[in-house]
Amino acid sequence: MTEFLQHLVNGLSVGTIYALIALGYTMVYGVLKLINFAHGDVYMVGAFAGFYLSHALGIDENPSLAKAGVVFVGSMAICATLGVVIERFAYRPLRHRPRLTALITAIGVSFLLEYGFQLPAVVGAGSGTPFPPGPTPRFFPEPFPRVDYEPLGVHISNYDVVSLLTAIGLMFALQYIVYRTKFGTSMRAVSFDSSVAGLMGINVNRVITWTFALGSALAAAAAVLVAGSRPTINPLMGLFPGIKAFVAAVFGGIGNVPGAMVGGLVLGLAEEYVAGYALSSYRDGIAFALLILVLLFKPTGLFGATRAEKV
Amino acid sequence: MGSLRVGLRSVLPFLVGVPILWLLNGRLPEYLEYGLMVALIDVILAVSLNVVNGFTGQFSLGHAGFMAVGAYTATKITLAMRGVALLGLPAGLSDQVVFLGALVAGMITAAAIGFLVGMPSLRLRGDYLAIVTLGFNEIIRVIIENTPFLGQATGISGLPRRTNLVWVGAGAIATIVMARRLLGSTHGRALLAIREDEVAAEAMGVDTTGYKVRAFVISSAFAGLAGGLLVHLIQLCTPKSFTFIKSIEVVVMVVLGGMGSITGSVIAALGLRGAVEYLREAQQYRMVVYSVLLIVLMLTRPTGIFGTRELWDWLPKFQLPGRRRADEGGHP
Repeated sequence: MTEFLQHLVNGLSVGTIYALIALGYTMVYGVLKLINFAHGDVYMVGAFAGFYLSHALGIDENPSLAKAGVVFVGSMAICATLGVVIERFAYRPLRHRPRLTALITAIGVSFLLEYGFQLPAVVGAGSGTPFPPGPTPRFFPEPFPRVDYEPLGVHISNYDVVSLLTAIGLMFALQYIVYRTKFGTSMRAVSFDSSVAGLMGINVNRVITWTFALGSALAAAAAVLVAGSRPTINPLMGLFPGIKAFVAAVFGGIGNVPGAMVGGLVLGLAEEYVAGYALSSYRDGIAFALLILVLLFKPTGLFGATRAEKV
Repeated sequence: MGSLRVGLRSVLPFLVGVPILWLLNGRLPEYLEYGLMVALIDVILAVSLNVVNGFTGQFSLGHAGFMAVGAYTATKITLAMRGVALLGLPAGLSDQVVFLGALVAGMITAAAIGFLVGMPSLRLRGDYLAIVTLGFNEIIRVIIENTPFLGQATGISGLPRRTNLVWVGAGAIATIVMARRLLGSTHGRALLAIREDEVAAEAMGVDTTGYKVRAFVISSAFAGLAGGLLVHLIQLCTPKSFTFIKSIEVVVMVVLGGMGSITGSVIAALGLRGAVEYLREAQQYRMVVYSVLLIVLMLTRPTGIFGTRELWDWLPKFQLPGRRRADEGGHP
């Protein structure tokens, strides 16, 4: 029973992270019908943004909750900007070209971020915070002292609690933005049919820009939350969470916001339970198996609506 | 007459190419021969990937995964048959026959895995194939690294060096002939129709899923061949040779050369491999250059250097009036 609860806690904390990343995939897919391959790498950049910010603030010497907040919000802002820049310069010029073109560009952006970050340092070589950081893993400083609790024998730290609560809070905030605000309404309209939405007076470009900003900020939030409890970060760290979050988005029905949240949680729990009880070394294969199953039996995902293909 | 010409077109490249390779084999300087073999393996990879990415307009990102399947199958067979003489054949010849068998087995397993991966993901329109194949590539690596039978992360060493210029050259010729013949066939036209407009192709009665899966299976088989050739060249079979970096490298070759152009793929593969060998010191910038190349190419010339055209489309045409080229329209 204790083991079951422990897996539940771990699965939820991984699952909320997947959910946060999956939201970015699903929103961008919703408005542009583009798999934003670079999303996992935006997540990676988020972790590094947090890393540089916390060093700049000197969080190592005297950690405080306020500084942690600044790091969190700051890396979200940096990634939101990055997402907007990527959209403006890499995706927007290709919007009316075949979808394959944009997909290849997205792959290019993804590898540019992954391998650009592995180049030898240009700024601050020899210091603790060179940029680009290079391929060696870096350690994310602890923003506040770690406290471990053991209710009912389940191992849980204050980091887990904070990250779980923040992630859930962010998801509720997003739910509010998408379903209760004017921006959310226009985003859903663009996702339904962007050309008609444009005719109705919605500024489609602005909606797409803000969608990228929102999705990238969520990825950065996920990255900082992860880096708090698992502090090793490196330029390739976005690859697997990126693929898995995409699987989560497909599982929930890509383009569907609540679907991405449910998909992320289900994937996190499935991974944790399967890896915990049966096949620990095949943890990374579980998402892939799930993806194949979804594609075989319900390609539109749990909540995805089947929409007739128009010619 | 027709079938003779068709048969000749498939056989002639081998009749011309293999003797030339035979003569060259072992006569070139070591580094040049090695580089040429690696480049020709890249040609096999690029042309076979072009069948899926170029002809069919789907997007596979896991070519190295299928290479790995073919490579490990071939490795296991060569090692198991080591020192076994077949049917009293002389040792040298028997080894070559075993190697052929190993390569063919690698192609078959790669094709089978290609079927399993392609079947669910190709039923859908859109970009699912890209992510599924990328995931598959990584999963293959995870499985290999966790399986003691396959040598885990260190890989399997001690392979005999069976690959020579003749084998690699014949493989490249086979791949190019396959692609050419495929393109001229009914099957090839179905693939082009799918690339141009999938909905229209389906409305015209083309079994889109069936053709896509078949193209994917053929492409995977040749990736398996390239894998088998590569491990018997470097005499080491490790998961590090088959990471997604390799897949991306092949994608860059196909995109650079032009999706749908066979000569484009060949030239891009040879050129890119040449550039990589020439710029050895700049290794760490390689992936960055690839990614920038992809982005800039997509923004400025999304069709690649050659587009869907072949090299000879630019040559002045010397044709007798009234005779149409077979690959441009109906048979006479």
